Amino acid sequence: MNAQLLVEIYVFVLAVFVGFEVISKVPPTLHTPLMSGSNAISGITIVGALLATGSLPGTLSATLGLIAIILAMINVVGGFMVTGRMLRMFKK
Amino acid sequence: MQNIFIPIIYLFSAVFFILGLRQLSHPRTAPKGNTTAAIGMLLAIIATLLNNQILDFQTIFIGIVIGSAIGAVLAKRVEMTSMPQLVALFNGFGGGASLLVGAAEFYKDEPLVVFTLATVTISVLIGAVTFSGSLVAFSKLQGLLRGAPIKFRGQHSINGILAVSIILLAVYAVFDPTQASNAVLAIIVISLFLGILFVIPIGGADMPVVIALLNSFSGLAACATGFVIQNDALIISGSLVGASGIILTDIMCKGMNRTIWNVLFSGIGSDDGKSPLVVDPMKTVKSYEPEDTVVIFENAKQIVIVPGYGLAVAQAQHMVHELQKLLEKKGVIVKYAIHPVAGRMPGHMNVLLAEANIPYDSLYDLDQINPEFEETDVTLVIGANDVVNPAARHDTNSPIFGMPILDVDKSQTVFVLKRSMNPGFAGIENELFYKDNTIMIFGDAKDTISKLVFELK
Repeated sequence: MNAQLLVEIYVFVLAVFVGFEVISKVPPTLHTPLMSGSNAISGITIVGALLATGSLPGTLSATLGLIAIILAMINVVGGFMVTGRMLRMFKK
Repeated sequence: MQNIFIPIIYLFSAVFFILGLRQLSHPRTAPKGNTTAAIGMLLAIIATLLNNQILDFQTIFIGIVIGSAIGAVLAKRVEMTSMPQLVALFNGFGGGASLLVGAAEFYKDEPLVVFTLATVTISVLIGAVTFSGSLVAFSKLQGLLRGAPIKFRGQHSINGILAVSIILLAVYAVFDPTQASNAVLAIIVISLFLGILFVIPIGGADMPVVIALLNSFSGLAACATGFVIQNDALIISGSLVGASGIILTDIMCKGMNRTIWNVLFSGIGSDDGKSPLVVDPMKTVKSYEPEDTVVIFENAKQIVIVPGYGLAVAQAQHMVHELQKLLEKKGVIVKYAIHPVAGRMPGHMNVLLAEANIPYDSLYDLDQINPEFEETDVTLVIGANDVVNPAARHDTNSPIFGMPILDVDKSQTVFVLKRSMNPGFAGIENELFYKDNTIMIFGDAKDTISKLVFELK
């Protein structure tokens, strides 16, 4: 096991704890926007998609990456927009 | 220089995600939270484009434009009642993207180490299951597929065999790298099947749990991809989403008093093994016309409205808000009781009511409202059924026994707005309808409430 992997596992475990702490404070009334918003965040895969597409032009990987960019951007743009749309409806 | 800056920007984007999620803890700060998280995403994209390995910006640009356009159209067009489908679809796309990035990493021309192969396997497995499973969930919610559980003999054994064969293929790929390419392709195909088989036996009523779980998977898929491409931004963001999905899954399961295993593997709502409904012919229901109930409404001090998905289907939420405003003008206190599994996904009912401008501070969840029913003069149940069935408290034979319910039967008078006496989603007889203090008002919910509003005016 290399050192980098170990660091990544540290990051993973700590991030899970942060996630539980932060998200358990979201009130039930906002659970749908939470789902669509966190969904947009899972579009972070865009980072991998950009690297695969941009760094290996003309290969199979680049083609797979291009489809991944499209899917991830639907997720990111659609997710944040629809979350914003919902949150603006909540009024006191 | 570049190499130092990029990881620092990634760190910033992770911090923005966490701050954004934290601002979601209150409806007032939540819109800002969403913007904060979106900025985090923008930072991550910019940081990636600064990477000097990236040579082909044109293809990237095309992909970004197409994806953003589709996403924007979907986000603008979707009806609030269809939100569960949209989230299911987005979950699927997230999983699909992770699957493709994992595969792209594998198929690039570089010698593979065992560790990469292991992470690729996990990332394509979770990605593919999320992708195909979410598409099945989407089809069920959209009505393209039958909502009822689709079951066949040996389902669990087949799933088991598929899961084991994925592990065997991964091991095989490690020992014979010349065949690794075919093995990974086979793993992808089998995982896609596994995702389909995993969701089809689950009934429509359990879809909220499944969407929450797939939400978690889409995060874990991003996380696994982060291990493949060794990127901390993906690992952190993926784990945040993974944690969020697990919390929501847990809340949904508790709301139905079931375990996640029971939801995934038992398929409630199927025809097999359950006795048909037996209605005692001696039991009768009282039914009033809307006009006859006005006096009771006018003389009430506190009214609790229990909305169910039926209310949203009838598009009655705006009319309900009218009713609320009229009653409040007459000095009546109006509260809404929201069951954790009301609607078709966590928090769905709250969004549907918010859409009709109903203020969020008149919405109460189960624990807050249950002690209040005894002091409530009138409870108005609109399109909700199983979540107000008192049998859940005492009838050990009832399929919903033990499920936390709204104790509406403890209020002075209960009005139940319903189309007919047909049982609800789970097909269970509701003893609330036969109680002495319960009065049924049959008909379309929107019609009934508009008649009430008319009479109250």
